[in-house]
Order: sequence, then structure tokens, then C-alpha cells
Amino acid sequence: MGRAVLPVRVDARLLLPVATFVILLGAIFWLQPRTMSYFGLNLMLNLAVPLALATIAQMMFLTINDLDLSIGSFVGLVACITATWLHDRPWLGVLALLGCIAGYAAVGALVQWRQLPSIVVTLGLSFVWLGLAILLLPSPGGNAPDWLASFVGFHMPLVPLPIVACVVIGLFTHVLMMRTSFGVVLRGMGGFSRAVERAGWSALRARMTLYALAGCFGVLSGLALVGLTTSADANIAQRYTLLSVAGSILGGCSFFGGRIAPIGTVIGALTLALASSALTFLHLGADWQVGAQGAILIAVLALRALTGREREA
Amino acid sequence: MTSRIAGLGFAAMLLLSAAHADAATAGKRIALSNNYAGNSWRQTMLTSWTDATGQAVKMGIVKEAPAFTTAENQVTEQAAQIQNMILQGYDAIVIDAASPNALNGAIKSACDAGITVISFDGVVTAPCAWRLTVDFKGMGAEQVEYLAQRLPQGGNLIQIRGLAGTSIDDAFNQGMLDELKRHPNFHLVSTVYGNWTQTVAQKAVAGVLPGLPDIAGVLTEGGDGYGAAQAFSSAGRKEPIIIMGNRQDELAWWKQQHDKDGYTTMSSSIAPGVVTLAFWVAQQVLDGHPPPKDLQVPYLKISQDTLADTLAKTPSGGLANKLYTQQDAEQLRAVGH
Repeated sequence: MGRAVLPVRVDARLLLPVATFVILLGAIFWLQPRTMSYFGLNLMLNLAVPLALATIAQMMFLTINDLDLSIGSFVGLVACITATWLHDRPWLGVLALLGCIAGYAAVGALVQWRQLPSIVVTLGLSFVWLGLAILLLPSPGGNAPDWLASFVGFHMPLVPLPIVACVVIGLFTHVLMMRTSFGVVLRGMGGFSRAVERAGWSALRARMTLYALAGCFGVLSGLALVGLTTSADANIAQRYTLLSVAGSILGGCSFFGGRIAPIGTVIGALTLALASSALTFLHLGADWQVGAQGAILIAVLALRALTGREREA
Repeated sequence: MTSRIAGLGFAAMLLLSAAHADAATAGKRIALSNNYAGNSWRQTMLTSWTDATGQAVKMGIVKEAPAFTTAENQVTEQAAQIQNMILQGYDAIVIDAASPNALNGAIKSACDAGITVISFDGVVTAPCAWRLTVDFKGMGAEQVEYLAQRLPQGGNLIQIRGLAGTSIDDAFNQGMLDELKRHPNFHLVSTVYGNWTQTVAQKAVAGVLPGLPDIAGVLTEGGDGYGAAQAFSSAGRKEPIIIMGNRQDELAWWKQQHDKDGYTTMSSSIAPGVVTLAFWVAQQVLDGHPPPKDLQVPYLKISQDTLADTLAKTPSGGLANKLYTQQDAEQLRAVGH
């Protein structure tokens, strides 16, 4: 391994997400030149920010070889809390959101303690989150707190806010997970848990930390989403579960071995968001659009599988 | 000389106003944003849109009217879809919304860009949009009223709800529960979620039936009636009065039962062709004749008398439908004023 010349070492795994992202963006610019402007980029990418945050949350699970099938419902619950309690009684809202993060850490402890498969636990949990969200907001409604709406709707000079936000999210998680000893231990738990435990680190603490981090990013995702939509719906983010898994795999994370790629993950999420935009611009028939969205997902993931195999060969 | 010119101008004005009012919208582009395509109602709705707008484009009333749909009932995707439509510069967007208010951010951006937004079926609360609403609450109440009239002695009821957490399901439920309070001899013994889908409803009802006493009636939200009937017959129990929702399978089953033993019920639903009404309202707005922002849409009711006729006209796998015309939209505007 050579010494890093750039602050961010260029990883071969980054090639696929970057290439697909650039190709898609080029195609969209060509199909609809109006997107090639501050207004266009802002409009096209602002909903990618909450998705990128949810995908980073999923990446935290992947770090320790777990999978979170509840992230979509969780973001929905956060959205409902934000649009009701955080708006009406900020103290209660903040407490509830902190409680959500604590809940995630507790689930991490449970999974570690009983050695449960995370897929099963989080699948069950997804219904708990959805149920709580429906209890809180039986029919869609609520209002985004004003400070939140004006924050996510802020018009940065020169560069659209969504782009800045994605760069910040990517760099922050990259430094946190790839550049600090804290991150090395957490990733080690996914790759060589025995060795890391023998070196005196607690697997329970690591799993709880990662789950809590996932909870944090889930909360941020819900906040950003409500800021954009201005009100909430229990089912608002169901799609994020699938997209976050796809986005992190596309971005270069692996289901095994604690291999993650924060920057690639953010680009992966952006690529998936752009893919559905491209479909709208392509004027595909309504019946074809549904299937095409799935086909794009599979095509992109198949590419990832191919490049992955080449590297190992 | 000046009077001649003025006269000419006046004649031209007369001619213009006499010419078809649609000339103003001939260059306009109207897009449909749909959030779900997985059931017979939505499929019929999409076909209705294609039929009606295809005709309108051919007649030169509008320039184009493509339909866009997202994979599942997903708010985030539909919001992105609407934002992309803004970028494509459509003049009007007709929306069946995944959520009444979670799309408001995107809809406000559309209005700010000068785009006319018309919502129907799943309507939106953004003040700048038009709403073609259906009285789902009234539809729910009407079911209970019908059962009260058929079963004056009361009895046990099952309620099949739609998709949890949606505004339509909430309105149906409110209407049913409010009306049930006025009929204390009815007992709601079980409530299940059928997701407006035949198979889901069948599984849900079959799951609760073994533990339930005799059932006199089933309240539904459409798309679930046939599934409920199947659950009863496979459990070997007599089918109660199941309210139907205009689906072809429901109507066919009803007719078959009626021919066998005189089984009678009622059926109501919003016609998927309401999408064409939304299209014409959009055209009217673009033409400079905006109706009021809130418009009430009639729903299609089928009784024993109209069953045979309606069934004959309904394609297998579809549901009872009605296509609206430009005149209907004009009338709606007149009534609204």
C-alpha cells in the first residue's frame, strides 16, 4: 500500500460508483439541458440528501456484517416525530429523537447479547417503527419546524446546498470511519472480530456504537426529509430500506468483512436518485417505468458483482 | 379610417372568441404524476388517461400529455418525479398523490415555477393546487346506512380497512365509525387491513373468521369484497352482506350469487375515469377559466337494478368506469361558482 498522496486515497472500488454517476449525470444533462443549472441541480438532487444519510446509516450496519431492514420505517417514524412533537413541543421532540437513537443502541445490544440475526430483528423492528409512527400520526399531516424548513431550503451562493451537504456527509464519515482509530476498531469488528476482541475491545460496545451511529444518521435523514416535504407521513420513506442497501453495495461496501466505503456510498445513493430522474426524462411509457426502476437496480448491482470478482481473481 | 380599423379589430375579436376556446391551450403540455400502478383501479385510471388525452392531442387541444408512474406507493419518489417535471417545463401537472401533504414541498416548487397543479383521488393540501375530492367519509357512512336499512335487527360486522396510514383509509374509517355510533345494534367484531387488494383481504379475513360469531355484514373500502367472499366460502360459512367496490370480480360474484339465491348488496367506488376530469380541469385552467380550488367529484354507485348493465360494460380484471368530457369540467366550474 502506497502512501496516500491525496487526503482521500483513491480506491479502485470508487471507480464504479463515480463512473455510473458521471455517465448518468451526463445523460440527464443531454436529455434535459435545463437540469444543468443551479436551479436544476438543486431540484434534482435535494431529495438525494436524506437518501444519502439513510444509506450511510445502512453502511454502519454493514460495517459489522449486519443488515438493517427497518431503516425506511425508522426514517418515517423520525419524520412523524419531527412534524408533530418537534414542531409543537421541541423539548419532547428532542427527547423522543434521542430515545430513538438509544433504541437503536439497545437493539444492537440485544443482537450482540443473544447472537440474533440482525435481518430478523430489524425486519420485526420495521413494523414496530411503522406502528409507532401511525400511532403518532394516524393520517398524514403535521408541519416541519420553521427553522428546519428554512435550513434545508437555504439557497447557498454559487453551489447548490444538496451538493455541499453530500460532500460534507461523505468527507465526515470517511474521516470518522477510515481515518480514526475509533473507525478502525469498528471496522475490525466486522472483519476480524475475534482478533479485535482478543486485543481487548468489547464487541458489545462496538455493535452498540455502530447501531447508535446508524440511529443518528437515520434521525438526520428524517429531519432533512421533513424539511424538504414540509410535512410527514408514516409511509414516507419505506423505499429507503431497499435503496440504502443497493446504494451502499453500489458504493463499494460489502456484505461481509467490514469492508465499507463512505464516499462511494454517498455517490451510490446519488446515483440511484439520479436513475429515477433519468427515467422521467426518457419519456418511458408508464407501464415500463415500474419495471425499469428495478432493472436499473439489478444492472448496477450486477456491475458491482462483476468488478468485485475481478478484483479478487 | 380609424373606425374601419377599430371595426376590423372588433370583427377579429368576435371571430377569435367564436373560434374554439381551445386554441389557447394548443401548445400546452400536461403531465400525469401517478404514484402506484399495482391494482385494477390504477390500471383502468392509466388507460382512461391515455384514451382521453390521446384524443385531445389528436384534436389539437393540447400538445402532449404523457403519464409518469412510480414503482410503489412511495412519497419520496413521487416528490422527485414532480421536481423532474418542473425541470421539463410542463404547463400543468395532474397528480394522484401518495400523501396529502408530504408532497407539498415539491408542489410549492411547481407552483412557484408557474405550473398549474391539479390533484385528484389522492389529493394534496398545498393551497396553490386544485383538488378534485371524493367524499370518502360519506361513502363509508353510506355503507353503514345501507346495512342498517337491510338489517334493522342489527348484527355483527367485520370492517376491512385499506392501506394503514393513508388519508383515504382514515376518511373511510371515520365515516363508518361515526355512522356506527348512530346504530348501536351493530357490533364491530373485527377490523382487518386488506390494502384494497383482493388477495390480502382474503388472507386477512380468513385469519380472523374461525374465532368470530355469526357475521351479518362486511364493510369494505373497495378491491377487497371478492377476497372477503372467498374467505367466507372457503371457511364453509354463509356469505353475509358484503359491500362491494365496483371491481369486475366483485360484480361478477355478486351477480352469480344473486342468480343462485337472490343475494343482494350494494357497490360504490370512485370511477378511475376521474383522471380525465382532472385533465379537463387542467385544460380549463390553462385556458384562463379557473374553477374554484376545491371541487367535489361524484362517485359511481351500483345497485341491484344497474348491476347487470354495468357488469356487461366492465372488462374482466377492470372496474366500472366513466370517462369525463370537457363539458363535464365546464359544468363543474359552473356549479362551483
